[in-house]
Amino acid sequence: MTLLEISGLTKAYPGVVANKNVSFSIGKGEIHALLGENGAGKSTLVKTIYGLVRPDSGTMTMKGQPFTPTDPRAARASGVAMVFQHFSLFDALTVSENIALGMDNPPLRRDIAARIQEVSRTYGLPLDPMMVVGDLSAGERQRVEIVRCLLQSPELLIMDEPTSVLTPQEVSILFETLRLLSSEGTSILYISHKLEEIRTLCHHATILRHGVVVGTCVPKQTTSREMAELMVGATLQAPKRDHATPGTALLRLQGLSVPAPHEFGTALKDITLTVRAGEVLGIGGVAGNGQDELVAALSGETTVPDDMIEWQGKAIGRLMPNDRRALGLCAAPEERNGHAAAPDMTLTENALLTGRTRMQLANRGIIDWAKTREFAQTIIEAFDVRTPSTETNARSLSGGNLQKFVIGREILQRSRLLIVNQPTWGVDAAAAAAIRQSLLDLAAEGSAVVVISQDLDEILEVADSFAALTDGRLSPPVSTKGLSLDQIGMMLGGAHDMETAHVDA
Amino acid sequence: MDINPILLLAALMVASTPILLAAIGELVTERAGVLNLGVEGMMIMGAVAGYIVGHSTGSPLAGFAGAAAAGIGLSLVFAILTQVLLTNQTATGLGLTLFGMGLASLMGQGFEPALPVTVSKIAIPGLSSIPVLGPILFQHDAIVYLSILLVLAVYLVLGYSRAGLILRAVGENHDAAHALGYPVRLVRLLAIMFGGACAGLGGAYISLVRVPQWIDGITAGAGWIALAIVVFASWKPWRLIGGAYLFGGMTVLQLNIQGDGGKIFGVTVPVEYLSMTPFVATIVVLVVMSAGRAPGSLGKSFHASN
Amino acid sequence: MLTLEKRPHRSAFWTWAAPPVAVLLTILFGMVLFLILGKDPVIAIKAIFWDPVFGEFAFYYRPEIVKKAAPLVLIATGLAFGFRAGIWNIGAEGQYIIGAICGAGVALAFYPLEARWIVFPLAIVAGALGGMIWAAIPAILRIYFKTNEILVSLMLVYVAQVLITAFASGLLRSPDGHGFPGSRNLSQYSAAANLDLISGTGMHWGVVAALVAVLIAFFVLTRHQFGFDVRLTGQSPRAAAFSGINPNRLVLFSMALSGGLAGLAGIFEVTGPAGQILASFPKFYGFTAIIVAFLGRLHPLGILLAGLLMALTYIGGEVAQDNLQLPAAAILTFQGMLLFAILAVDTLTMYRLRRSRKEVR
Repeated sequence: MTLLEISGLTKAYPGVVANKNVSFSIGKGEIHALLGENGAGKSTLVKTIYGLVRPDSGTMTMKGQPFTPTDPRAARASGVAMVFQHFSLFDALTVSENIALGMDNPPLRRDIAARIQEVSRTYGLPLDPMMVVGDLSAGERQRVEIVRCLLQSPELLIMDEPTSVLTPQEVSILFETLRLLSSEGTSILYISHKLEEIRTLCHHATILRHGVVVGTCVPKQTTSREMAELMVGATLQAPKRDHATPGTALLRLQGLSVPAPHEFGTALKDITLTVRAGEVLGIGGVAGNGQDELVAALSGETTVPDDMIEWQGKAIGRLMPNDRRALGLCAAPEERNGHAAAPDMTLTENALLTGRTRMQLANRGIIDWAKTREFAQTIIEAFDVRTPSTETNARSLSGGNLQKFVIGREILQRSRLLIVNQPTWGVDAAAAAAIRQSLLDLAAEGSAVVVISQDLDEILEVADSFAALTDGRLSPPVSTKGLSLDQIGMMLGGAHDMETAHVDA
Repeated sequence: MDINPILLLAALMVASTPILLAAIGELVTERAGVLNLGVEGMMIMGAVAGYIVGHSTGSPLAGFAGAAAAGIGLSLVFAILTQVLLTNQTATGLGLTLFGMGLASLMGQGFEPALPVTVSKIAIPGLSSIPVLGPILFQHDAIVYLSILLVLAVYLVLGYSRAGLILRAVGENHDAAHALGYPVRLVRLLAIMFGGACAGLGGAYISLVRVPQWIDGITAGAGWIALAIVVFASWKPWRLIGGAYLFGGMTVLQLNIQGDGGKIFGVTVPVEYLSMTPFVATIVVLVVMSAGRAPGSLGKSFHASN
Repeated sequence: MLTLEKRPHRSAFWTWAAPPVAVLLTILFGMVLFLILGKDPVIAIKAIFWDPVFGEFAFYYRPEIVKKAAPLVLIATGLAFGFRAGIWNIGAEGQYIIGAICGAGVALAFYPLEARWIVFPLAIVAGALGGMIWAAIPAILRIYFKTNEILVSLMLVYVAQVLITAFASGLLRSPDGHGFPGSRNLSQYSAAANLDLISGTGMHWGVVAALVAVLIAFFVLTRHQFGFDVRLTGQSPRAAAFSGINPNRLVLFSMALSGGLAGLAGIFEVTGPAGQILASFPKFYGFTAIIVAFLGRLHPLGILLAGLLMALTYIGGEVAQDNLQLPAAAILTFQGMLLFAILAVDTLTMYRLRRSRKEVR
């Protein structure tokens, strides 16, 4: 029996067609995958179903009836619920307040806590209704969203990239919950670009590229490679690498501890680590376990007592970012727009942002714009950044192009050690491959690279050694040779159990 | 010093009322994520409108209603600019204060009061005859009681009602609230209007009760102090009362000392230095009290771009 | 229904067109205001915008415009740096007053010494330092106690107003003033007087300082590291921190800069056009300069033009007051509308209007 039927859906934004004549259907109790790269039009499609976007043309029917939700409320009334990837929880509010906000006819205050506990017991999703959401881990936050949806007994549950914030163990728990829901007759629209997950979980898949449906398949009968090539529209190449023997120690962290920068941040606890020239160290972990804080402490955005960080034997904990760059310690934070780059500034200006010291782009405070423009141009050419000119604003570049610019900017100033956080997050597959290759090339030239990523496949692909970051603590690094996803999962999840509670934050 | 402490405390409540009213309005506005720095402008508009309407009709009720309407009117200018045209809230709020001061002065010029306005005190039966506390707390005019009831109402609505929860959600994370289908701009519009009405009432209380007459620039920074008290109160309603009464107390004490020849424990202090105490005290309190956590989206423009 | 849609780039057209369109809009709304006040709107607008520059008595008004514009431009140029970086010095009026008090105090300490090359420069330095220190208070409190600089700098305006009243009738009162409040007239003390450099043009040292400030600010904003840091901090504070900008230093620097320039405006005013320390010395320049800064869209050259325009509305307002009995407060209202108009029209540089069906609330 068909639950939701979509036919001929089209939605255009100025300059881009997000969805073009998209059709597919979801049956009752079916787990249906929506597969595609970033920018393929998945979110627009999902927002249309959830009533946040009105299509230009095309129709939807729900159980045979025309379905034209004008807002999320109307969508929820028709039995659609959605678990968002971002932007839908309120940090300062409690779990039960957050859940009440997502429901149209919430029960009374005292009843809601009981309902939450009931649902979380049934589906194996433990939650404390009185906790403030900002204090929760990423996995727990996702549980809040799921419970919020389940309380409304939805007929269709939309999940937008749900596993990007989970450890492998948490992923398998989630999948059990989803299979249970499916067996009870709830349909699930599962959005992802992770092929293995889709193969283990989903009954059917619809593949989108540039807003158009390019194929459908039964994932269990299709190889990952076939799906990937449909999704990307080209054959993929894995990066080339040689394991080098690490050279001298460049960076040494000794008991690095930093208090949480804000109420909902993570404190770094007693991190000890040595990074050697020519080495690629991968740091894995679920978002919100101290990644941003670690990058800030290394880049100099946060300063620490001097001897916690040593650079070739010299204590540098107190140095500011530009002094560290002068030594060759460069960084590329996760958030491109607004952290690694200023969105409303041109690429030339963004080249100056970190390049001023090492590239000598300013003389006694007076900026040499010609030289800066030249530097920007060099980055654009060397890293194949697609942009009309150096005077284009960073905002108007696609995620992948801007990321290539940001990474290129650090690599081309001959950094001795580069720390990157989520180097390929939200980047299309071709750009991701280029970025990974450039990191490997940098290491091959004798520099050190620290890759912080939530994508474990990525870490296994580029890193020589692996360390897990959990709740602000870093495990001792182990070699990635022969390391399995399961072992990594243990490292990521194991440390969690040693922490009794989140009271220390 | 020869100051009757009971009269002093009763006067303190009167002196605090305009600030408390303006502050509770701004608190609601800020909890919805909007920083309206135009409180001073909306207060002075309320002061002049309340004065004109009140003295034209002879009815204090009409006066206060007119003041609230004027406050709402000016707040709508702010709402349209910041919510529809997405202008910078800081700059727009400052503009609102300058504009309000000009417009109020323009409206007040040449106005001759026709009828007297009397705002009578209401002694609450029973409670008002309690010695000491009675005269301090329970022999005031209706607006003083109203201001306290408003604080209570805001406390209850914000903390215990669905509407309050939605308002807090909008102020905390407008993108999330939008994604869940809440009308961010409508909620903010209503919050801004509530802020305008409260500021207007506060202004009228100055021109109809506390002074009572119309003088150019009559609010003399009360709106800014109200803004400071919201920060001081960490955006929590019940803490506003403490803040407002602290500043009201400063003002009254300072006026009493002035009336007493400027003597503090026998030392004579020039009048000018006494009149700066409320402002210096505001700074000191802002420094001493570390502010709580501001609403997450405070002062940020919301645009529903995908 | 019309909706706003974010542009990928700043619109070059609206960047230039916004200020004139805003002025036109304000004139339209102003005409409505004057109509309500029972004045002939066309004559009122002509009195404000035409007569001071081209009318019969323009020879008298033109220098007055220059003198009014100088403090506005000087203060607004300083404020623009902070505003760009999200540092809101709203208390320039107070810094202007304190600058005047400090400068006048130093000058009067030398009275009646006739040594212009010592007295005048010292007064100027004292004025700038006074403004700087007054502005450093909110900066330091923000850095060390996270207090809100908007509220503190504003509270300090009220304190400064109290202080100037106190000084006018106390410490700085003229001994020859028969007990009336007010200091000696500095424009008549030749060692400290800030008079027209070329008589009858309105060009006094304050005007020179304003022009120099605009040129230096232009250079700093476009070519110097500090200007880049200011712009970066305003656009994305996190990127600024990543880039290595020390936010505390930037706060202190830009507050002290704007305070210093406001103090300079104060000392040039008190030794020239105003002449003496009096309770009525504050002229709202510090607040009007905020409008000037935005009208000039925080750009030094724009501020120069905006300052002249704003001075014109002041002088024009006086003309309208004399000829049409237009109340002085009408001009304040008018200036407020001008700020609203520029803020509203400025939206079009980053967003475009689009006719569309109602889609997302």
